[in-house]
Amino acid sequence: MTVTPSTDTRRAGRILYGAGVVLLCAWVLGPIYLLVVNTLSSPETVNTFPKPLIPEFDTGSLRFFLEFAGMLSALKNSVLVAGLTMILSILIGAPAGYALSRFDFRGKQAFRMLILLTRAFPLPLLALPLAVMFIRTGLDDTILGLALVHTTLAVPFSVLITYSLFSGIPLELEEAAWTLGCTRVSAFVRVVLPLILPGITASAIFAFVISWNEVFAAAVLTIENRTLTAFLLQNLDTSPLHLKFAGGFILVVPALIFIFAVRKYLFAMWGIANR
Amino acid sequence: MSFRCHVAGVVSAVAIGLSATGAQADILFWSTQAKPVEEAQAMREQVLSGFSGGVDYQPNDGGPWLTRLKAELESGTGTIGVLGALHGDFAALDPDDLIDLDDLGVKAASETFNTLARLGTDHMQYVPWMQASYIMAANRKALEYLPEGADINALTYDQLIEWAANVHEATGEPKFGFPAGPKGLKHRFFQGYLYPSFTNGVVRTFASDDAVVAWEKMRELWSHTNPASTNFSFMQEQLLSGDAWIVFDHTSRLAQAFNERPDEFVAFPAPAGPKGRGFMPVLAGLAIPRTAPDVEASKELVRYMMRPETQIATLRATNFFPVVDVDLPDDLPPAVKAAGDAIARMSAAPDANPGLLPAGLGDKGGDFNRVFVDTFERIVLAGQDIRAVLDEQKQRLAQIMQETGAPCWAPDAPSEGACPVE
Amino acid sequence: MNARLLPYILILPVTLFLCLFFLYPFVLVAAQAFTTGDGFSLENFREVVGYWKFPISLKNTLLLAAAVVPVQLALALLMATMVNRMRRGRDLVLYIWTIPLGISDLAAGMIWLAIFEQSGFLNTILGAVGAIDRPVNFLSYQHMGVVFLAIALAEIWRATAIMLVILVAGIGLIPKEYYEAAEVFGAGPWQRFRRITLPLLRPSLQTALVLRVILAFEVFAVVAALGGTLFPVLMSETYAYQFDLLDSGAAAAMALIILAISIASTLVILRVLRVPKGASI
Repeated sequence: MTVTPSTDTRRAGRILYGAGVVLLCAWVLGPIYLLVVNTLSSPETVNTFPKPLIPEFDTGSLRFFLEFAGMLSALKNSVLVAGLTMILSILIGAPAGYALSRFDFRGKQAFRMLILLTRAFPLPLLALPLAVMFIRTGLDDTILGLALVHTTLAVPFSVLITYSLFSGIPLELEEAAWTLGCTRVSAFVRVVLPLILPGITASAIFAFVISWNEVFAAAVLTIENRTLTAFLLQNLDTSPLHLKFAGGFILVVPALIFIFAVRKYLFAMWGIANR
Repeated sequence: MSFRCHVAGVVSAVAIGLSATGAQADILFWSTQAKPVEEAQAMREQVLSGFSGGVDYQPNDGGPWLTRLKAELESGTGTIGVLGALHGDFAALDPDDLIDLDDLGVKAASETFNTLARLGTDHMQYVPWMQASYIMAANRKALEYLPEGADINALTYDQLIEWAANVHEATGEPKFGFPAGPKGLKHRFFQGYLYPSFTNGVVRTFASDDAVVAWEKMRELWSHTNPASTNFSFMQEQLLSGDAWIVFDHTSRLAQAFNERPDEFVAFPAPAGPKGRGFMPVLAGLAIPRTAPDVEASKELVRYMMRPETQIATLRATNFFPVVDVDLPDDLPPAVKAAGDAIARMSAAPDANPGLLPAGLGDKGGDFNRVFVDTFERIVLAGQDIRAVLDEQKQRLAQIMQETGAPCWAPDAPSEGACPVE
Repeated sequence: MNARLLPYILILPVTLFLCLFFLYPFVLVAAQAFTTGDGFSLENFREVVGYWKFPISLKNTLLLAAAVVPVQLALALLMATMVNRMRRGRDLVLYIWTIPLGISDLAAGMIWLAIFEQSGFLNTILGAVGAIDRPVNFLSYQHMGVVFLAIALAEIWRATAIMLVILVAGIGLIPKEYYEAAEVFGAGPWQRFRRITLPLLRPSLQTALVLRVILAFEVFAVVAALGGTLFPVLMSETYAYQFDLLDSGAAAAMALIILAISIASTLVILRVLRVPKGASI
């Protein structure tokens, strides 16, 4: 038994803890803040030195993009593709994650390797055969076609994340439910699914963000149905500085809104998970 | 259960996918040029809006541009109506994949350009579209450090180095700027400026004694060059931020500086070496892939792009100059005026030594560039022995010339068959 | 349902899907790596490995992964445990910490370049507090250490959230009773972390590490933004072969080399952090 820590050490610990949280928040937010400063600066200011550390609220660069023809439909396409990617990757990924965690079956190792392989090979190299296939099958330049490619990128995340979380749920829990008269399916739905919701959310976030930020396939596989990223990001690096930052900012915002919207599900089952 | 969900998901997805595909007959203009968002917007609003049919102008990086094009060619059905790209991009394609454009009735004023556009065949594979070049630019603050007796419009490499050294000494910082970043066009400086000026050649003289001198000068210049240049790809940024005062770059990559603060910067010709004032054009062209959905409409668009008034609008939008004879109006943007004057002085200089674009390299254009970039990185950045590096890189260059059989181009003396590396 | 068939039914959709959209194009591309004009050959591999930049880019990629991933793992673990014991503001803090997830690597490269470049924010701040009298050139070839540090910082900033989210979800599954019991027996916070959190978190740790390491070998955009041409990595060389040199055989060979490295390190991680069958409890 250790001696109960004195209130002093406890307070010091709390202060250290609080300081740590604040510091880490600042570490994450600092660069974002600088992005905002540059986004809300006039072209002249973006190029000056020393740089201002307080935004001057010049919205010229932002307005340039908002007046850009086709922004809205590109935004709509991006959301559709990302949403579809999210649904597809969870629907086909989660069952596989469950299988990996609960069963020993022949070919399990090969299957895991297939999943990992997918993530370890650069998509831009695969784009040519994929594009040929899509043009031949009519999937070319459709929301679905692009979502299928993005699902390929996202599905390893969803399989592995759900796998690791299913592995964290004791099999006994499920077995207990079976003895109480649940079928395998209903035990899964009533007992396991609620527990796994945070993990599903995590992989949903990944899927959404991966699809949202993917440039190459989007640029090759969509023509009329451009996504926002293909529309903006791929030409940003050649654009003047102030527009670079404004464009970068516009791309970041919807992704942040999405994460904000689903963040509570990461904790939704907190109470249950901690029984 | 989840499998059924899956099927349902796909079905609804198909519905979304289909409903999003509307019928549109716009000509898809697939371009590697005018990519910066502002230029792309200007292309759409000021250049292409005057065309009678609809045009969907989509600029792309080289990677997606080529991948999409190849996919369409391979599958035999396409959506791309008109291609816009650099001479080198077209040279890397199979001429059979581009529709012959002889019967179009439009071509460049320069026969040299029209010859290049045949890509070694007997027919026009692309139509020269617009041209630019590489020039020098400087912050006016640097002018007071010009070496005594130096004329900014007739600088030599020695004077340029001395100038950069003076600025370095006065400010305590190396202020020469060079686009040696990942997207920078440094290889063009070696191929079109340094080598012609010092060796009167590019391929034949690659490893000559004159070339050793050229690289020694390059090293000297580099010692007064902002070392962050390995991150610089668009020198207008460093001009504007003040990180560099004297720079070399593509005219359209300097334009923003002149347009934003015309009074702060000057444009001037590239310097001269012992063998003259080497410089090189940039040539962009328009082509129609054999998979174009409506060839007639595409041809109509190419004709429209070649009209004098369209060419002037293009100049305003992209800072690329016309290739047909036009009377330039007086109210051009500052960047166009500055660059135009510098190019005119460069071409009219008594010691002008204009080079041509590499021709006949086919898809080895990238390998050709890599020889020069590698040489630069090894000699200048890694400090390796010049003679040894040149002798090694020479093998690679000779191999490329052998494989492609490309004959010499100016300023190299003409060759029978593949251009030899001497 | 037949229990022997069930796992196969569960993995069927994803397998079919990946066969169609990954394996099929992958085989086509990979075949290019082994062919040059006339049939099977290892010429592409010889070419890319023999190129003078290959050892440099290999070294850079491995060093960067070795420097970045352990820091990210430690940081993500720290953040996840901090979030876990938080009573108020948990939502907000977690949200803030996951923000970098939504930022593409291109945008992240832009942001960090704006910080480190000569006329950037870092010089502004250092100048304002009087630490320097003239802007320092951080990203130059004379200071390769600083370039490396800048890239590593940007990567840590951008990609730690991926691990954090996986770990947070995993920690949420550890029953609170374990901690309560440990506390009754007088285990300090460090002991609780080592004896309860770490072992029970093993599946999530494994996943987070594997994914992060694979992504670390594919690092590209941030490196290109900050390191310019100074810091070649395997992926930048791959793209150079594919899109500058138009040599898809060599590009495929490079990609297969990256793939091999990824698989090798994945196997190591899987072995070290083996997850017992069924559950870890």
